[in-house]
Amino acid sequence: MEKKTIIELKDISVAFGDQTVLQNLNLYIRDGEFVTLLGPSGCGKTTTLRIIAGFQEPDTGEVIFEDKCINGVPAHERQVNTIFQRYALFPHLNVYDNIAFGLRIRKMPEPEIKKKVEEMLELVDLKGFNRRSIDSLSGGQQQRIAIARALAVDPRVLLLDEPLGALDLKLRKDMQVELKAIQQRLGITFIYVTHDQEEALSMSDTIVVMDHGEIQHIGTPEDIYNEPANAFVADFIGESNILDGVMKKDFKIEFSGHVFDCVDKGFKENELVDVVIRPEDVDITSPDKGMISGIVTNVTFKGVHYEIIVDVKGFKWMIQTTDFAAAGDEIGLLIKPDEIHVMKKSKYSGLYGDYSSFSDEMDHISDAEEIIVETEVENEEQDL
Amino acid sequence: MKKRLSVKAKVYMVLIFILLYAPIFVLIFYSFNSSNSTSVFAGFSTRWYGELFSDLKTMAAFKNTLVLAVLSSVISTVLGTIAATGLHYSRTKWYKSSVMTVTNIPMMNPDIVTGISMMLLFVFIGMMLKLSGVLGFTTMLIAHITFELPYVILNILPRFKSMDKYLTEAACDLGCTPVQAFFKVTLPYIKAEILAAFIMAFTLSLDDFVISYFVSGPEFQTLPIRIYSMTKRRVTPDMYALSAIIFVAVFILLLLTNIAQDEDFRERLKKRRERRSKTA
Amino acid sequence: MKNRTYNGISAPYALWCVVFIVAPLAIVAYYAFTDKTGAFTWDNISGLSMYADTIARSVYFGIIATIICLIIAYPLAYCFAKTKVSTQKILVMLIMVPMWMNFLLRTYAIMVLFEDTGIINNILAAIGLPHIHIINTSGAVIFGMVYNYLPFMVLPLYTSMTKLDGKLIEAARDLGATGFQTLRDVMIPLTSAGIVSGITMVFVPSVSTFYISQKLGGGKYTLIGDVIEMQFQTAYNYNLGASISLLLMVFILFCLFVMNRFGDTEEGGVVA
Repeated sequence: MEKKTIIELKDISVAFGDQTVLQNLNLYIRDGEFVTLLGPSGCGKTTTLRIIAGFQEPDTGEVIFEDKCINGVPAHERQVNTIFQRYALFPHLNVYDNIAFGLRIRKMPEPEIKKKVEEMLELVDLKGFNRRSIDSLSGGQQQRIAIARALAVDPRVLLLDEPLGALDLKLRKDMQVELKAIQQRLGITFIYVTHDQEEALSMSDTIVVMDHGEIQHIGTPEDIYNEPANAFVADFIGESNILDGVMKKDFKIEFSGHVFDCVDKGFKENELVDVVIRPEDVDITSPDKGMISGIVTNVTFKGVHYEIIVDVKGFKWMIQTTDFAAAGDEIGLLIKPDEIHVMKKSKYSGLYGDYSSFSDEMDHISDAEEIIVETEVENEEQDL
Repeated sequence: MKKRLSVKAKVYMVLIFILLYAPIFVLIFYSFNSSNSTSVFAGFSTRWYGELFSDLKTMAAFKNTLVLAVLSSVISTVLGTIAATGLHYSRTKWYKSSVMTVTNIPMMNPDIVTGISMMLLFVFIGMMLKLSGVLGFTTMLIAHITFELPYVILNILPRFKSMDKYLTEAACDLGCTPVQAFFKVTLPYIKAEILAAFIMAFTLSLDDFVISYFVSGPEFQTLPIRIYSMTKRRVTPDMYALSAIIFVAVFILLLLTNIAQDEDFRERLKKRRERRSKTA
Repeated sequence: MKNRTYNGISAPYALWCVVFIVAPLAIVAYYAFTDKTGAFTWDNISGLSMYADTIARSVYFGIIATIICLIIAYPLAYCFAKTKVSTQKILVMLIMVPMWMNFLLRTYAIMVLFEDTGIINNILAAIGLPHIHIINTSGAVIFGMVYNYLPFMVLPLYTSMTKLDGKLIEAARDLGATGFQTLRDVMIPLTSAGIVSGITMVFVPSVSTFYISQKLGGGKYTLIGDVIEMQFQTAYNYNLGASISLLLMVFILFCLFVMNRFGDTEEGGVVA
């Protein structure tokens, strides 16, 4: 059943000074959907959310809510509510008064407010917390109160700006499940912003991958993972080996000096393309049985599998396999036709996909940097 | 972790405090002297207190001081709070920085320069409008508001900086107009600083002599100006009595604010209130 | 809300600043460069040379008073910071009580003590010691400044010392620094913000005072403040008074500028 569009962004562009934040963004969001805006820091996802919420006016383009243009409608008159990054609970009010805040603004009678607050506290599993002060709550509890406060006013759309960013890993996983359950139970539209691809994959109906103010790919989690639109999306979602290839003809592709069977067609003859192969889709075998072969340069035990870096003609592959191979071994690689994904060349070609400088530590460091940069960028956005 | 102070350090602290308090205590002591001499203590008496309270000019000055302090501190707190809000959210850098620079001028300038500069302004305006005797209550009020405003603003602005910038957005998100958001979220957040700023402005006004001295007229005198003219002439034991009263007043006020700011005390108060609301 | 709205909210205050802070200073400058008829003149500025002695004395007294305050207050603030937190609150309150008592009364109290027939001399006479002359000396004036403004030095120093991590001093001693080296290389650089603000808060009122010198100097030690007061309250030469005020203001602002630069580089040095 096709649900109708609730929010539409038409040709939205925003610039802060001479820095372009969003460029000709077009997006439809259907009623009742769980949509995630996913991308690295500074990709414009938070700005997109703020435009929908009404905290930011686009320079050009239209925001359409149920077929009506709502450009210029101030935030307090929009039927959307936001969960802020650090919750933004009112420190001078207790739990009850925080949740009742929006209802009191709407001049709802007190007995009804009381009923609604109780209902919300039950929804977020914090019954009996009415009189607690905000600073006596843990991060996870504050998060739940923020959700209760936003949902109390019955929004049509809930906007969530990296709501789980401040929680530790275990709590984050629990909250992911819970948020998804709440969304399904209430049936309202969630627009969720995150830079965490795992979070996006496990929660969303639709993922919008963004970079540099432009949408790179819109699709279901499976689409995005299995059929990434370009090298950026392939690299950002999960691990991937991205190689230069030549489309010989339909169903035949050459890379790493070997012509493989594949399931892709519709390219020009001998067109240069990007090839994506996920690390878990490569089987290893002895060199003579493999389609291509290489030397193992690094092996890391990951619990469920080994992570092996293999040098094939100067290109470092990452392979996740349950079979052990020692560093220095020569091994053969087997790839099935439907594990090969062919993409058109884009401006991201050649930037990602080689594991020659890979190490786990590097990955962690860059993650941490990303978070720092993210907050900085957001601060700048505020200051401008 | 902290080492205990040596005896030498303790003696040093005590000596400094004796030095600070001795002159004041001597005055208080002689305020109860029945004669007006400082050489002999002729006997205990509250004579000078009686004289102080029956001095109409001093009493009028006392009343004037209070009126001026209340009015100027209320106006400067309101104006300063509004200004601090506007300045905090302003994104026009040159405007913000030039206003802040000007705000700092009265704090850095010697009081005497601030005083004569305002006096010259009033005299100048009086000259232009061909008015005589412009100096009086109004000029005092303007001057007091002017030197209190920077303290109010500099007291409140830092609190804004520590405020989660999304709080007001959250209020708007839940249906508040920006004005409602200010009264329901921003104002409660900064209310302690507003109160502190008000008390500060009030005490500055009570205490000020130098600026008031230059912008006051003959018909509106404050207590410090009265003290100045009284101490100019002769030995006046009623001023000893006044010192004693002011000392006690300052002491009690500081003690009260200290208790009010004491976190343990506030914590206990809060707990008691919570307990009461639970039983209710 | 739009930025313009926020600027609009602070506009009344900005207007107030222009009318009651900027305009008065402009008028001071105007008076300083005109004569009684309103014609431009350099006379008031060149007339300042008459007061060279007064100016030199004010600066000299101000510097001496500030140095004495610093020497007394630094160890005192250190002692404060080393006591228990509850004691600290009481000590800070005790130092603030005299500060909030009107400075006229404080100065007057010292005068009562110091006078030739005052309390100190009465006590000395009572126990058979010779009479000493204190009032109307430069020492009495400087004492008055120190007595009145000492709390203004103690409080900022105390604040910066409470922020100082005690382990840093232990670390310095651990690394072999002597007490003096620790003070010079660790304590003073780390409390420079407090030192700068303390010096400012003592020096500015000391240099510009007039009541203290009148009461304790007996008119023998005229300071800049006295000259300004005289021009405005008795001599009614506003133009000359304005030129002296202008000089005082420029001098103070210059000192503050230099001090702040000094404070900044000190802190920058610590970070680097």
